[in-house]
Amino acid sequence: MIHVRDVSKSFTLHAQGGIVIPVLEGARLEVAAGECVALTGSSGSGKSTLLRLLQGNYAPASGRIEVAGLDLATATPREIAALRRDRLGYVSQFLRVVPRVPAHDVVADPLLQLGVPPAAARERAEALLSRLNLPQALWSLSPTTFSGGEQQRVNIARGFVHPYPVLLLDEPTASLDPLNRAVVLDLIREAKARGAALVGIFHDREARDEIADREVDVSLFAAAP
Amino acid sequence: MMENTQFQDDAPLLKVRGLTRSYWARTGCAEVDLDVWPGEVLGIVGESGSGKSTLLSCLAGHLEADAGSVVQGGEDVLRLPEPARRRLMRTDWAYIHQHARDGLRMNVSAGGNVGERMMAGGARHYGSIRDTAADWLQRVEIDPARIDDRPTAFSGGMQQRLQIARGLVTAPKLVLMDEPTGGLDVSVQARLLDLLRGLVRDMGLAVILVTHDIGVVRLLADRLMVMRHGRVVEAGLTDRVLDDPQHDYTQLLVSSVLPA
Ligand SMILES: Nc1ncnc2c1ncn2[C@@H]1O[C@H](COP(=O)(O)OP(=O)(O)OP(=O)(O)O)[C@@H](O)[C@H]1O
Ligand SMILES: Nc1ncnc2c1ncn2[C@@H]1O[C@H](COP(=O)(O)OP(=O)(O)OP(=O)(O)O)[C@@H](O)[C@H]1O
Ligand SMILES: [Mg+2]
Ligand SMILES: [Mg+2]
Repeated sequence: MIHVRDVSKSFTLHAQGGIVIPVLEGARLEVAAGECVALTGSSGSGKSTLLRLLQGNYAPASGRIEVAGLDLATATPREIAALRRDRLGYVSQFLRVVPRVPAHDVVADPLLQLGVPPAAARERAEALLSRLNLPQALWSLSPTTFSGGEQQRVNIARGFVHPYPVLLLDEPTASLDPLNRAVVLDLIREAKARGAALVGIFHDREARDEIADREVDVSLFAAAP
Repeated sequence: MMENTQFQDDAPLLKVRGLTRSYWARTGCAEVDLDVWPGEVLGIVGESGSGKSTLLSCLAGHLEADAGSVVQGGEDVLRLPEPARRRLMRTDWAYIHQHARDGLRMNVSAGGNVGERMMAGGARHYGSIRDTAADWLQRVEIDPARIDDRPTAFSGGMQQRLQIARGLVTAPKLVLMDEPTGGLDVSVQARLLDLLRGLVRDMGLAVILVTHDIGVVRLLADRLMVMRHGRVVEAGLTDRVLDDPQHDYTQLLVSSVLPA
């Protein structure tokens, strides 16, 4: 489902005299359906950079990044948008939403974008929120004022509301209590069981050991400075 | 389940090529190319004087372009005879002004403002015009009981929502917006953004949105164009342009805002 070959990525900071920060060189990654791969490596080695490249959020300098059949290095913006709509899910560390939109609508939104009728979308969203133990009193409130762990659960629900064949997870258990952490690990196991390909960053070592089939050390792709 | 038309529509609704307009020696906009598809929001950002309003005004026909083409349905809109062009602006396209008072008739009731555009689009039956107007007031979250009030009695946010109701009542395909949330306070802005997102999705609208507010484009725009000195310096997926900007000017623009 994911094929990354010879990908390099650097950042040029024009405002700072055009310094170039090389991050990745010759990065490779293969992830099959039903597999969960954890990205590891020291801080600053490029784990988030690689995840963002897989999401289409960063542009690779060279190489091929094939996700669910689309090469992100050459895809048009609209092709990437379409990929994200139905094939590529992403649980980010940050919640970015229009203020005032209630939590259950934030979660249902990806389904509405896919044309799922509002009532059905809302129902699936609420089922996930309840599974993630978000108090029902919060569902109709905007998550902008939620606690870190509550916001994270909204993000997770949004990422799992549609059965995306590829799912990227950036620290999905970071600010969760043990109970909810276990729910998230179950969701990941279920996604694997239905054949999703997952790539994640888990600083939580036990979580990683429990659900990752393999680890890929991103430091191996460190670009020479 | 996936009957949403935005997936099948692979032809752009609008194709703009080489759009250029100067003011004597000064550049307004120069050689701008852009495509817009149904069901998506194209954001345009850039510093003051970069040519955003000039571009939008040329598209809307408020200003005459010096060169270029604006093709919709195989026809160059810039070359349409004046009556056909005005008909287009009254029905198929809508223009939302930054200041609601420029897009509304302030001495006409709220219902009259919405009804007037329906009549310009050919509606004749008074009862159904009034019902549709009331329905649209509701959709933009204005109490239909205020249908006979004039916009002068409305707050800034309500006026802006009324302008949107007036523009969208004819179910246009394309909406041009110049700073629609400028001058509104944050919570009123948020409400407007939410409303627009829903309308884009439900009506399959194509929107071209000019704004200074990077936070607004991040939440609303699918794709983003960055303009400087009248030209497009960078364009692409909104989050990629904002998070991995390639052009030095885009980097400056993005770094001068606090992270959302
Ligand atoms: N948008 C960006 N612009 C400039 N530099 C960036 C950008 N994103 C990442 N970098 C740089 O790339 C390098 C790798 O960063 P990245 O965030 O991928 O590391 P990481 O492995 O995720 O680290 P951590 O474990 O601390 O999250 C860093 O030097 C970082 O400063
Ligand atoms: N009527 C006019 N006569 C002469 N010059 C004009 C006129 N309108 C705009 N200009 C010039 O054209 C350039 C582009 O202006 P425009 O209004 O399109 O910028 P903008 O990007 O919309 O700016 P802002 O963000 O401040 O609204 C500027 O240099 C401006 O001074
Ligand atoms: Mg990181
Ligand atoms: Mg302007």
